[in-house]
This record gives sequence, structure tokens and C-alpha cells, in this order.
Amino acid sequence: MDNLLLNVEDLKTHFFLDDGVVPAVDGVSFHLRKGETLAVVGESGSGKSITSLSIMRLVPAPPGRIVGGRITFAGEDLLAKSEKEMRDVRGNRISMIFQEPMTSLNPVYRVGDQIAESLVLHKRMKKKEALEQAVEMLRLTGIPSPEKRVRDFPHQMSGGMRQRVMIAMALCCQPELLIADEPTTALDVTIQAQILELMQELQRQMNTSIILITHDLAVVAEVADRAVVMYCGKVVEEAPVAELFENPLHPYTRGLLNSIPRLDENVDRLFMIDGVVPNMLRLPPGCAFAPRCPEAREHCRETAPRLTRVAPGRLVSCLLVEGGAA
Amino acid sequence: MEPLVKVRNLKKYFTVQASMFGKPRAVVKAVDGVSFDIHPGETLGLVGESGCGKSTTGRLILRLLEPTAGEVFFNGRNIFDASAAEMRNLRREMQIIFQDPYASLNPRMTVGQIVAEPLRVFNLAAGAELEKRVRELLSCVGLAGYHARRYPHEFSGGQRQRVGIARALATNPKLIICDEPVSALDVSIQSQVLNLLKDLQKEFGFTYLFIAHGLNVVKHVSDRVGVMYLGQLVELAGDDELYGAPLHPYTRALLSAVPVPDPKVKKERIILTGDVPSPVNPPDGCRFHTRCFRCMEVCRRRPPEFREARPGHWVACHAVEGD
Amino acid sequence: MAELAKATVETAEIDELHSPLREFWRRLSKNKLAMVSLVFLLGLTLVALFAPYIAPYDPINGIMEESLQAPNAKHLLGTDELGRDILSRIIFGARISLRVGLLAVAIALSVGTVLGSIAGYYGGKIDLIIMRFMDIMLSFPSLLLAIAFMAVLGRGVENAVIAISIVTMPEYARIVRGSVLSVKENEYVQAARAIGNRDAAIIFKHILPNVMAPIIVRGTLGISTAILETAALGFLGLGVQPPDAEWGTMLGSGRGYLFNAPHLVYFPGIAITLTVMAFNLLGDGLRDALDPRLRQ
Repeated sequence: MDNLLLNVEDLKTHFFLDDGVVPAVDGVSFHLRKGETLAVVGESGSGKSITSLSIMRLVPAPPGRIVGGRITFAGEDLLAKSEKEMRDVRGNRISMIFQEPMTSLNPVYRVGDQIAESLVLHKRMKKKEALEQAVEMLRLTGIPSPEKRVRDFPHQMSGGMRQRVMIAMALCCQPELLIADEPTTALDVTIQAQILELMQELQRQMNTSIILITHDLAVVAEVADRAVVMYCGKVVEEAPVAELFENPLHPYTRGLLNSIPRLDENVDRLFMIDGVVPNMLRLPPGCAFAPRCPEAREHCRETAPRLTRVAPGRLVSCLLVEGGAA
Repeated sequence: MEPLVKVRNLKKYFTVQASMFGKPRAVVKAVDGVSFDIHPGETLGLVGESGCGKSTTGRLILRLLEPTAGEVFFNGRNIFDASAAEMRNLRREMQIIFQDPYASLNPRMTVGQIVAEPLRVFNLAAGAELEKRVRELLSCVGLAGYHARRYPHEFSGGQRQRVGIARALATNPKLIICDEPVSALDVSIQSQVLNLLKDLQKEFGFTYLFIAHGLNVVKHVSDRVGVMYLGQLVELAGDDELYGAPLHPYTRALLSAVPVPDPKVKKERIILTGDVPSPVNPPDGCRFHTRCFRCMEVCRRRPPEFREARPGHWVACHAVEGD
Repeated sequence: MAELAKATVETAEIDELHSPLREFWRRLSKNKLAMVSLVFLLGLTLVALFAPYIAPYDPINGIMEESLQAPNAKHLLGTDELGRDILSRIIFGARISLRVGLLAVAIALSVGTVLGSIAGYYGGKIDLIIMRFMDIMLSFPSLLLAIAFMAVLGRGVENAVIAISIVTMPEYARIVRGSVLSVKENEYVQAARAIGNRDAAIIFKHILPNVMAPIIVRGTLGISTAILETAALGFLGLGVQPPDAEWGTMLGSGRGYLFNAPHLVYFPGIAITLTVMAFNLLGDGLRDALDPRLRQ
């Protein structure tokens, strides 16, 4: 495939707890092209965040460990790299934005110094030069009077501003890949709109690829090119965003889409997915979604489905769809 | 019809103590002159961004906080005049469901004890009768009787929120304040809880004040919706009216900022510049003028009046005057 | 009506019932050091309870002819200058040390908890007055303060207990206040108010059970402090009065023989060290087992 930047193949990250093994990420595969935005969608416990931490090789260990699979980034095997080599990758070629702009900035350093830090580290810049670059980055992220704000401490800034600083930090080394883990979840809608717009604008300018980790399908519809839907550590569906919303194949994806209350519709009752996410220590045999699936048949509870390609660019892991399409 | 709750010019200022000798340094005007009615049996939605004072308003109505000024009439009675004993009795009539299902249940009590507590406090039931009532309440919210022996940490977020709802139902109140009841829950669980709240309202005729920041969620459950900005109500109208024909520029911007779960819809977006100003020093004149795309000279000088621009549609904006 | 919503939870599988207490025990029993300490302390308690039946000799009246003997088959830990069996005195000493430790902590803990929760829950002026007073007490070295109290109250075990509980109380008040401050921000406390509970019910039912963990941990560690302070007061001749056997007093009277009969100080010293260490290790174990952050 041309322009392939990242290829994740059969990734398995398990957590070894006192009570047993949690297969947080269990055989996840997807790829990402240059300049593309891929959304990884899922609810809490789906393994979407652990997938991104696995790519960064930042899985908390113990109790977590990557037990299998392959992550190829720009032709290099990330899982084969030493810790020292990984440090050169993190923050430089792959960087990350977290959900909580309050806690992901260090409160005791000025924001300028925090941005400059990675430039000094990765680009071997002099401190003064790095600080000038930091001002440029703040300007780029739309922070007014960046020359002044560069000397601010995080607590002097609002949540939206801090998220801009996080973006400035993440992009200052011009990474090839940006992983944004719920970047707007903690923000208000008007600020969310600003930040999403900013991320798309910067992506166009820098041709960065983005993996957007989110639970919010509306955000996916707004910014992503393709989407991967995860449930209980596995990919259940992958599709270009337009097709995913037009014709969701997996019952879980359909359920998620239908259960969002919409501004342009009046319904008395919302669609519901019954039940709760199963305990990851005791996953049901067969399809993990079967206990909640309105369409589940007998064999869904016995046989685990595999992620299968059903049309160009469309993959789904559901016995019912395979039966119909394959 | 006489409103169940009348809120009149409600204000709550928090003093931020910063100086060494305990002198108040700054005053946060969390709620600054809010008036509205809640009618029996309706759901009034209250939306706004963080720090707009919507949660504080909810807690003032329950008198979990003491107001700086203003009145709240519940069934015609000013609750801020009530003595401690009277207030405790009034609490039978008004309950609250909290946002965080993890923080709002005492981790050292079983679910049964949590749900039974209001019944015990008001001596509504005891012994076998109490147990029966607890089971009924749990089944009302979709939990099983045996769940009563479990502790909150054994439940998922959505199930805990059901426990919180059961506790709020226990005294069979008239008013339930729902303070962001679904914003901490996963999407697939959100719709379960929203449907449950609607079902319960149909069955028991509760009146809801539904506080949330998600405009789509509020639209789904509410009959009327109020929009707050920096401690003030800027617009209040029927559900369809507010979402279909919003008058205030802030409401319009807020609505346009909501992402649509449909990639085919590319809507014209009003992106507001800047952040919400600090409630410590709110702007003079109209509080929204610093971010408003229709700002006029008068907006900087004079705060607009909250008035009924159309029947049942209240708004506080100078720019609407011409309409 | 709620049919659909109801059906949803029946399918949910919840783990088998486990109470917090059992969960706590499961976690504590994994900590080997804490378990060894617990067994040691239980043993020590039994020894203290049954001292008259266990001790081989009378701890008070020695046999002058057998004074200052090194450890031997007859006197396992030797004898002191008055011919008293050291093992017997240590066994009887455990009674005093444990009693003083537990009693001092119990008093300090109850008073400190009440003061701390009042200060934390009500805040404002009450808080200011209580906590400034505590700060003043904390600004003295505790032993010095205890000596000052002893000077007022007079010598003796009871007074030592009172003095030690007074000087250690502010620390408990502080810890409780801090925990109450953070717990009271929880929404379940708001919820308790919304239900119509009285203040006392809120403090005792909703707040205190949730601050017990740090208090229990501090209390366990506090027993060792109290034992050390009792020993120090005894060493200085202010606490337990001779001829009663108490580890600190034994150290104090034995120090004159440090060079020719070192066992007079070794064995009471070892007894103090082991007991204090056991309480500290148990306290650490309790903290880990009670820490809600480690729970999933």
C-alpha cells in the first residue's frame, strides 16, 4: 500500500492482575496512511486508549504487557526498539495529546519551557532558539499575544488555552503521527469546535497523520476519514467514515449510532443497547457483544467471529454479516 | 396553573479567600440574578458551558447552598425562610440526582442501605415494610432485589446511576433535580438512563429540572429549555422554539457548535472566538458582548433586560429588540 | 413502562458477593511482614494477659544472691542488680507497655477525631480556633511537652497515659480534619444532606466511616510512638515507678551496668524495638490494604 505510515497487526496487550488476565487489547489490526485521520471509537473499557499507549510503548508495566503482534511505523518495527530508541520516537516522530488539559501540563513550569523542552531534547536546539520556536507554536495554535503567554504557568490559562498548549507541545517537533486521546472530551462545546477546527487546520499545514481516540461518534463524523470501532478489546468494524454512518454493518455500531439523541430529530424514546459491558475478566465465549446484541443467534454465543473484509475498505467482525455478505 | 417552583432574582456569590487575614479578595458571581418558573409535571432543561452557574442554581433550589440574594418559592413557600426542621420536611418533596455515580454513593453502605436511608430519615417505613419498599424502588429503576446486599463499587457506572435514581424516588418527591445525570456515562448507557427517567416521569408525574451541558441530551428530555451564560439566564423558551428559532446569539453559536453524527451534514458553523470570561470580573454591559458576533455599541454599556420577546420565549439581548 | 430498562440489568453479571471487610482481609493477608507482625503482637498480647502464669519468677521480688547473672539455663535472660529475673520482668513489662500504648492512643484518637471532625465539617471560626490551638501544641517537641504535663500531674502510669494522649492528640485531630475536608466534598455527603439528614448523622454515618482508614493506620503507628514515649518517660524516672516492671524503666535503671552487665539494657531494648517495629509494619500493611486507590 502506498503512503502507509503505521500498520498495527494482531496487537495483543494484556493486563496481568491478581484476579486473572484482562485482554485489554486482543488481536487488534489497523493501518494509517500519511495525512489521514483515523478515529478509534469505543466506550470505556473497549481498549482504545490501551491501543494508543501500546503504539507509544507506554503501557503501564506491570501489570500490562504487550504479548503479541506487530507495530510497524514508517517501515520500522516499534516493538523491536530499545527503550532508548523509543525515547527518540516519542514526542518527536509520534506525539500524544491527552484528555485532561488540567493534569497533563506540569504546574510548576512555564508553558513556554514545557514546549521548548522537547525541542531541546529532540531537535538539539539551544534554549533561546527553542523558546522562540515555542512562541511561534503558540501563535500557530491561535493563542493571542503568544510572546506574553509563553511565560504563563498552566494555572493562569483556561482549559481551552491549555489544550492549545498541549497541541503546540505535541506538534512542535513536527511529528509524523499525532495520537489524540479524547482531546475535546473535557472541553465545552464552543471550545471543542475551536479545537477540532484547529487540529484540522494544523493537519493540513503539516501533513500530520492523526489517530483520534474518542467515544463521541459526532466528533468522528466531523473530523475523521476512516474509523475503527472497538468493543471489549477487539475491532468490530472498520470503514470509511461516510460509509460507516451511511450503512453501519455491525449491530454494535448501529446501536451506538442510534442511541445518540439528535438535535434534528424528535423521538419519544431513544434506541437502547441493553445490558452492560461484560467484565473483561470473564468475557463470554463466542462474540463478546452477543449478550447485548438484539440480533444474536445461537451460534453467536458459541463461535467468536473474525474481522473479515466484506467490501473494499470495509471490515466487520460479525457472524451475521459474514453469512450475508461472504 | 401555579408553578411548582418560582425562582426570583436568585444570586450566589462565592468569596475567594486569598489574603492572609481572611479578607475576601475576589467575588465569584456564580449565579447573578436568575428568575424562572418550573411548572408541575414538566421538564425544564438548563444548559450552559462549565462555570455558567447551572449546577449552583440547582443546588440553591434545594437549599444545599445558601443564596446571596433572591427567593425560591416551592409550592408558594419561600424555602429560604424555612427553619432547619421545616427544611428537612421540605426535602421529602425535592430530591437530586448527581452527575458522578462514583462520588454520589457512600462506598461504605450497601445499595439497600443507601436506598433505605431517605425512608428511615423520614420514618416512612420500617422492618419488613422497609425491605419491601427498597425492593420495589430497585425494581422501578431496573435493578434486582438481590442487588440490595451489594456495595456500590461492585456496580458499573450506569447501574450506580440507577441506584442514585432509586434513592431520589424513595420519598416520592414532587421535584427531582437531575444534575448532569448522564454526562459521566457511556453513550450506550446514556440512552438507557434517559429512557428510564422519562418512563418514571410518565408513571409518577415527577417534575424535573434537568441540568446538562449536552444540548442534544437536554433537547431530548425537556419541554422547555433555559440557556445560561456567566451566571445569568440569556434565553428561555419551549423546546422546539429554542432549538428551531433561537434568538440569542449565544444560543445560536452553542447550537451550531454541537457536532452532528452525520458526515454528510456540513453545517455553517458559528465559531466563537476566545474563552468564557472569568466570573470574577464579568464584562460590563451584556456579559456575552466580548464574544458576540452581533455586538453593538449599546451592548458594551447596558446589560440587556430579560424579557418575553415572543409569547413564552424569553431572551436577554439588545440585538433582538428590532425583530 | 420501565420494562425495557428493567430487563437491561438482569443480564448484567456481577461478581460474587464480597464485603469490604473480606476484601480488606484478603489484601492484608498477602502482606507477609504485616502478618508476621500481627502474629507477633497477638502473641505479645497473650503473654501480657497471662503474664502471671507464664513468667517463671516474681518480677518484683528478686533473689539478692542471684543478682547480675548473665543469661543462663536458670535465668534465660539473666538477672538484674536486685536479682530479679529479666525475662519475667519483660513479660510483665509487656502488660504495661501495651496497656499504656493502647490506652493513650484510644484517648488521643477519640478526642482528636471529635475535634478534627468538628473543625473540618463546620469550618470557619470553630475550625480556626481548634486548629490554632492544635498548632500551638504541635510546635513543642512532644516529649518536652509530655514532661511538662508530668510535672503538673505528678509521676505515675496513669498520668503518663494522660500526658502522652494529650501531646499526641493534635496530630490525630489534624489528620481527621484533613480527611473530613476532602470527604465532605463528595457528592454522597451532599446527597445525605439532600435527603434531610441532621449534621450529626452526616458526620457519623457518612463522613467518619470514610475517613477511618487513615485514622486506623495512624493509630497503629501511634501505638508505637506511645510505647516509645512511655519508655522515655520511664527512662527519665517520670513514668512507671520502680519496682514495677516497665521496659523504659528497666532501661533507665540498667544503664549504670551498661559495661559489666549489658544484658540489663539489651533485652528491654530488644523488646521495645521489636514491638515498635511490629506496630509500624502492621500500620504500613493496613495502609496498603485500606488504600482505596489500589482497589479496582
